[in-house]
Amino acid sequence: MKSVMGGNALRIRAIAIVCLAGLLAACGTSGDNSSGTNTASAPGITATTITIGSTQPLTGRAAPGYSEISPSSNAYFNYVNDHGGINGRKITYYYYDDGYNPTNTASLTRKLILEDKVFAMFSALGTPTHLAVVDYINSQKVPDLFVSSGCNCWNDVSNHPYTFGWQPDYTIEGKILGQYIQKSLGGKKVGYFYQNDEFGTDGVKGLDAQLGASSVPDASRQNYVPTNTNIGPQIAALKASGAEVVVSFSIPAFTALALLGAAKLGYHPIWVVSNVGSDVTTLTGLLKNFSKGAVGGALLGGMVTDAYLPLTGDSANPWISLFKGIHDKYVSNLPWDANVLYGMAQAYTFVQAMKAAGRNPTRASFVKALETTKLNGGPGLAPYGYSSSNHLGFLGVQIYTIAADGTQTTTGPVYTSSDSGPISQYSGSASTPPANGIP
Amino acid sequence: MVAVQSRLDRLVRPTFGRHLLFALGAAVVLLLLSSQIGAYDDYNLTAVAIFAVAAAGLNLLTGLNGQLSLGHGALMAIGAYTASLLLKDHHQFPVIVVLLAAVLSTGVIGIGFGYAAARLRGPYLAGATLTLAVAIPLPQVATRYKSIFGGESGLTVAPSSPPDWLGADFPPERWLAWIAFAAAIVTMVLLANLLRGAPGRAFKAVRDNEAAAALAGINVARTQVLAFVVSAACAGLAGALLAYWTGVTAPAGFTLALSLQLITAIVIGGLGSLAGAVWGSLVLVFVPLLTSGMASRLSLPSSVADNLPLAIYGGILVIAMLVAPHGIQGALRRILAYGRARWGNTPGGGQKGVVDWDDPAPDT
Repeated sequence: MKSVMGGNALRIRAIAIVCLAGLLAACGTSGDNSSGTNTASAPGITATTITIGSTQPLTGRAAPGYSEISPSSNAYFNYVNDHGGINGRKITYYYYDDGYNPTNTASLTRKLILEDKVFAMFSALGTPTHLAVVDYINSQKVPDLFVSSGCNCWNDVSNHPYTFGWQPDYTIEGKILGQYIQKSLGGKKVGYFYQNDEFGTDGVKGLDAQLGASSVPDASRQNYVPTNTNIGPQIAALKASGAEVVVSFSIPAFTALALLGAAKLGYHPIWVVSNVGSDVTTLTGLLKNFSKGAVGGALLGGMVTDAYLPLTGDSANPWISLFKGIHDKYVSNLPWDANVLYGMAQAYTFVQAMKAAGRNPTRASFVKALETTKLNGGPGLAPYGYSSSNHLGFLGVQIYTIAADGTQTTTGPVYTSSDSGPISQYSGSASTPPANGIP
Repeated sequence: MVAVQSRLDRLVRPTFGRHLLFALGAAVVLLLLSSQIGAYDDYNLTAVAIFAVAAAGLNLLTGLNGQLSLGHGALMAIGAYTASLLLKDHHQFPVIVVLLAAVLSTGVIGIGFGYAAARLRGPYLAGATLTLAVAIPLPQVATRYKSIFGGESGLTVAPSSPPDWLGADFPPERWLAWIAFAAAIVTMVLLANLLRGAPGRAFKAVRDNEAAAALAGINVARTQVLAFVVSAACAGLAGALLAYWTGVTAPAGFTLALSLQLITAIVIGGLGSLAGAVWGSLVLVFVPLLTSGMASRLSLPSSVADNLPLAIYGGILVIAMLVAPHGIQGALRRILAYGRARWGNTPGGGQKGVVDWDDPAPDT
């Protein structure tokens, strides 16, 4: 009996404290909620913690490379936690393995929302996997932040007001790659090699918008499905079509297969590869692995690709030195590559958004803040594009080339665009991280 | 004829009544249980019910009729795609219509495969059904006819919202749980009756010895086709429910792993028994949840922690097979048989004090 009464008294006291805190917040200096005390303002937010969750391919066919993303985000969160957290709150990050299977994603997302009671979903990876749960997450009014996929399906403000993308969508990327081909490789015959899903077809959409659909004949449009590694016929068809430039919207394994397949045929076009499939570290490993050591990174020489984050090899860049330092201290068991950078940069954006939402945000006020507050500075080469009509993150990329020794060199300015609008040159300067590395 | 009819009635009626009574009891328990637990537990119990439907169908085919199918995941895909195509573009169909359509479409396809399967034996049958598992949910098919099947990202399925009379705050997870429970109970009652009647005896006769069954006047091929069709229809029903449960039907959800999971469920649960299908489904749903929780509590390097849940799961399966080679239901039966032998009451006519390990216990 006593314990029951104790519980009630405690609860009443807790309610009283919450009410008091609410009153104080209301009495505070005209809506400025950055000062005051922490309250349990939303599910997943207590006075001392913020809990967020994610579904990731930690095992299975999408795991190589991508399984590094969430531990890297977590490393950045641990870094923030060790330096006082966000407004005194520590971040708890749950990420579960869905094996890139939508059935698992569906059940794990319910676990995160219903049982772990996360404040927000963060960085959930994959187009087919996340499409399975995007309706559900929005019906629960849970912020669905920074989906790890460049599908433009995340930018659907009227149907999915709680969902936000992060990386530039593949159509924008295709357009900017297309512009580079027009400017620097003009007059050459172009062919496409793309993954037959939203990733590839969205990219081709952007390329066609820039180059003109009629300029690339059907024979020069070859696609693959990720479950079939025999891509010899497609590469042979590209060679037969006489394409001198091949734009490849492929995941790393298939970029490597395409390069090896072409080399075997004595076919040496200029490869223009989407950011998704062009990480030098990953590709070099794959090339060595697939060719049993016969071929290495030298095959990457002359490749053209693009980036929306600083290059991992650019040690003079302050963002790279910040994230590399955190990598060495917190997740040194992972290779320092673009996936690690991706995870940390995403985590940085989350902390920025959390700070922008004030001391005691609700789920709705957080989303509102992300739409209306300009997030100043960030690891991206282009600024964030978040607004009440746009839920895409970075809107631009910069072209870079890869030399035979793996050196990466940026070329030209950062360009920004939207799915239907023109390409424009980004005139702002690159931002630098704050001294302590926390927004 | 009349005499036969009345004898049939005598045989069937009390059994049917008993099954019905059991089903009613199960319905009441599940209804009460689902109202007491949280939405997430409801959601997991729904998965148990869905897998139980598919596993029961597979158990009928493999455990009772002796046809090993590695293709039931593909049959579930057919059911799921049928449901998703019906519900595409925000078409509104009552749940019951969607489920019946899935049962029908999968059943019809099951006839075709049943005929093929009836000609094959042992590893050849396994090989043929394996082809089914690999070929049907092929991403190539889904991407080739992308405008119909939605390609790699599949078709999204709108949830079935609870009726208004349950109130606005009624959790959709619980509503889906009720639908799945109802489907599972109806399936179990129908299958139990089928197995208690002449078809059930024919299934077992064919499994045990085809030549003897044929000599006894059983049409072996027709019996095998019937078993395949019933089994496929169950898989189709489960697939349609899975479409509601997942919210999307995509090729990645119907890999060979799903077919193997169903086999795991019936082997762990107990081959040839409907109750075994339920035990197996409970293992299938709750053990991975348990192991992933265990792995995340240990602070291990990610390369180990990521794969640990699967390793623990595999370990549990190995130990389970060592301890209970006849599955959970087999183990329960042994305990019961032991109890009977120990404390009298030997309905099977067994000798008191002697445990009959091969007790020909009822299959339901």
